[in-house]
Amino acid sequence: MYKIGLIVNPIAGMGGRVGLKGTDGETILQKAKNLGAIALSPKRTSAALEILLAIKNNLKMITCPSDMGENEAVNCGFVPEIISGIRTEETTFKDTQKAACIMRDHSVDLLLFAGGDGTARDIYTSIGKTLPVIGIPTGVKIHSSVFASSPHKAGKLALLYLQKKLHKLKEVEVMDIDEQAFRNGIVKTMLFGYLKVPYERRYIQGGKLGSSPSDEIIQKAIAEDIIENMNNDFLYIIGPGTTTRAIMQRLHLNYTLLGVDAVYKKELIGLDLNESELLKLINKKKKVKLIITPIGGQGYIFGRGNQQLSPQVIWNVKRENIIIVATHNKIISLKRYSLLVDTGDLSLDRALGGYAQIVTNYHERTVYKVEF
Amino acid sequence: MKYNPKIHEQLVNSDKIAEMHPYQDESTSQGLLEIMYKTEQLFKEISGLDRFSLHPGGGAHGIYTISSIIWAYHKSRGEEDKRNEIITTAFSHPADAAAPRVKGYKIRIIYPDENGYPDIEALKEAVSEHTSALFITNPEDTGIFNSKIAKFTKIVHDVGGFCAYDQANANGLLGITRAKEANFDLIFYNLHKTFSSPHGCGGPGAGIVGVTEKLAKFLPVPVVDYNKKNDNYFLDYNRPDSIGKVKDFYGVIPVILRAYAWIMSLGAEGLREVSNVAILNNNYAMKKILELRGASMAFPEHKCRIEQVRYSWQKLTEETGITTEDIQRRVFDFGTHYWTSHEPWLIPEPFTIEPSESYSKDDIDEFVAILGQIVKEAYESPEKVKNAPHKSSVHRISYDVLDAPSKWAITWRAYRKKYKGYFQHK
Repeated sequence: MYKIGLIVNPIAGMGGRVGLKGTDGETILQKAKNLGAIALSPKRTSAALEILLAIKNNLKMITCPSDMGENEAVNCGFVPEIISGIRTEETTFKDTQKAACIMRDHSVDLLLFAGGDGTARDIYTSIGKTLPVIGIPTGVKIHSSVFASSPHKAGKLALLYLQKKLHKLKEVEVMDIDEQAFRNGIVKTMLFGYLKVPYERRYIQGGKLGSSPSDEIIQKAIAEDIIENMNNDFLYIIGPGTTTRAIMQRLHLNYTLLGVDAVYKKELIGLDLNESELLKLINKKKKVKLIITPIGGQGYIFGRGNQQLSPQVIWNVKRENIIIVATHNKIISLKRYSLLVDTGDLSLDRALGGYAQIVTNYHERTVYKVEF
Repeated sequence: MKYNPKIHEQLVNSDKIAEMHPYQDESTSQGLLEIMYKTEQLFKEISGLDRFSLHPGGGAHGIYTISSIIWAYHKSRGEEDKRNEIITTAFSHPADAAAPRVKGYKIRIIYPDENGYPDIEALKEAVSEHTSALFITNPEDTGIFNSKIAKFTKIVHDVGGFCAYDQANANGLLGITRAKEANFDLIFYNLHKTFSSPHGCGGPGAGIVGVTEKLAKFLPVPVVDYNKKNDNYFLDYNRPDSIGKVKDFYGVIPVILRAYAWIMSLGAEGLREVSNVAILNNNYAMKKILELRGASMAFPEHKCRIEQVRYSWQKLTEETGITTEDIQRRVFDFGTHYWTSHEPWLIPEPFTIEPSESYSKDDIDEFVAILGQIVKEAYESPEKVKNAPHKSSVHRISYDVLDAPSKWAITWRAYRKKYKGYFQHK
């Protein structure tokens, strides 16, 4: 018997149709409703669930009451088990977070959730990487790779995973933008963490199609290149991200995925360092290299998700000692836009602008533009 | 696949060729040596370069040979360790990066600028005293001809590097532009793509390599030469600076013979006509394809293309969920060919169409009609496309094995190392 959890964010997507660029926050939700917004989640969730009807008799579905999953499941013909402790009206992100924790405690094989980037954040905040998840894209903002490229594909992916036709899990970025800033015309995308999703190239948003090896293989090749060129006289500061993590894994060192770590003579000497700790280390070791990777889809190398790498840290490291690592998939995800810097120090941003050589594979560099 | 005249098959299957043995005495193989010699002379004229090796058995092999020649040149100057970088572009063939990497080079890749040309500012940033050479196609796979190519070659020459022209596909360039005029030092042609050998299914092919006089002494041995005094052709092994042998014997003779016959039957004007028609066919197909719902092309500001176009089904995919790979599988049901793109896929949901000179207006109309039918199905009955192919014995192949290097066995040696029996892991 397969066991699946289902959480639907019933208000996801409502802000989009009425031009509000998102539905985070009660005031915005009310505004969306006043503008005549209709709920998109039910229909899109049903499109995914219909695929799972193929295994209905072997599927135990656990979901939230009312329009957070029960309605969609029942309408599709499932007889779900409804969890308790979740409100049935005027639900908020807290209900999503609570429901995710309950699903985890029920040991579901897979958590299917419908929503947008805000919902993905809530799932990440509550359960992290403890469960494999698949996002059904119903929200306004879909920057996170956790979402399937369509509701239909979310259902297909879930089916393949539950039937054990698909075994591979991939950590993907949970991204969200600052909605308030976005409404003022400023796109500020932030990396919040990583979720584990069943991975099949053709189903995941931004997932690479075609016939090349996946990023995981290329990340290992990049790590090999970096380690081959490591000089024991230098301190290596390792920025956040899965591409840089591959270096730490290759060195068999502990690491923080979202933090900044330090390596000297191929040994870990600092974990999850803040700005002042970094400055102390830099002053002590003098010779320093900084290894960073851009955030997929938007290209920031400084100023998003790695604020520990402050202008002072970067000035001290010096531009020629910055090593950028990224797979071609990540570069392509920028849709031909440049790498970006936004350190808060305009003169530094200017100094970092121009062209950089990105390590994109073993013994391979891609020359790419950096803008501010 | 272009049309390859059937008479050429009769030529290569004739006893005069098929019964020959590579070890027979030169005096008994003068006819074939003459053909090889004259084939080289033809390619010297087509490219403007000074000497050719007919040995490499395919495109990647040709690029590897070029890498070896350049390496040998720098070695002759004691610079082989310093000159250790090859620059190429993201829209050039991936073998332009892969083959020199096998030779031991480090690779620098240039992405396209906003206009679809290789970013010339990035090239300026990439060149240095470590630059060994630039490997580039023109036009790239977008079909956009880079009219500033002479500036690219100058930038590389100014730092002491060489420029190698990947002209695997020359269908749109014959008699119109040459490597020499763009200041290239090396070139390779895939005879099986342009010069009358069937292309596909893994060969046989030939990726012949041409060089300027400066690099001629490094060509593989043997080369075919003519002794005017004795009026005979001979295999010249006495080339002390040669990179040595890159292949058994002297090249893929049937492919070389077909190319010779094809060029001789067309003549100089005929070759130019080939390219003119290939370009005309491509631009006609482009106009029709862009009328299809959901189709677009990369860098649409370039209204005319050379011999191919890289298109995108991005809009169709967004509207229907049907991807370019789904369409590829459905096209097979109609008994024809469709190609997506080299890696990496810079253009979303890509497909690349190159009609060449072989196809009539009716042929092109039929091909576009097939695409039109599939587009209709994508919007009206997408499952029909999703579940394709319907007429193939092999339905779909998973790419997941590409993520398992421990299973890769692309050579017999690798297979023996990793497997103990019929795909049973050791």
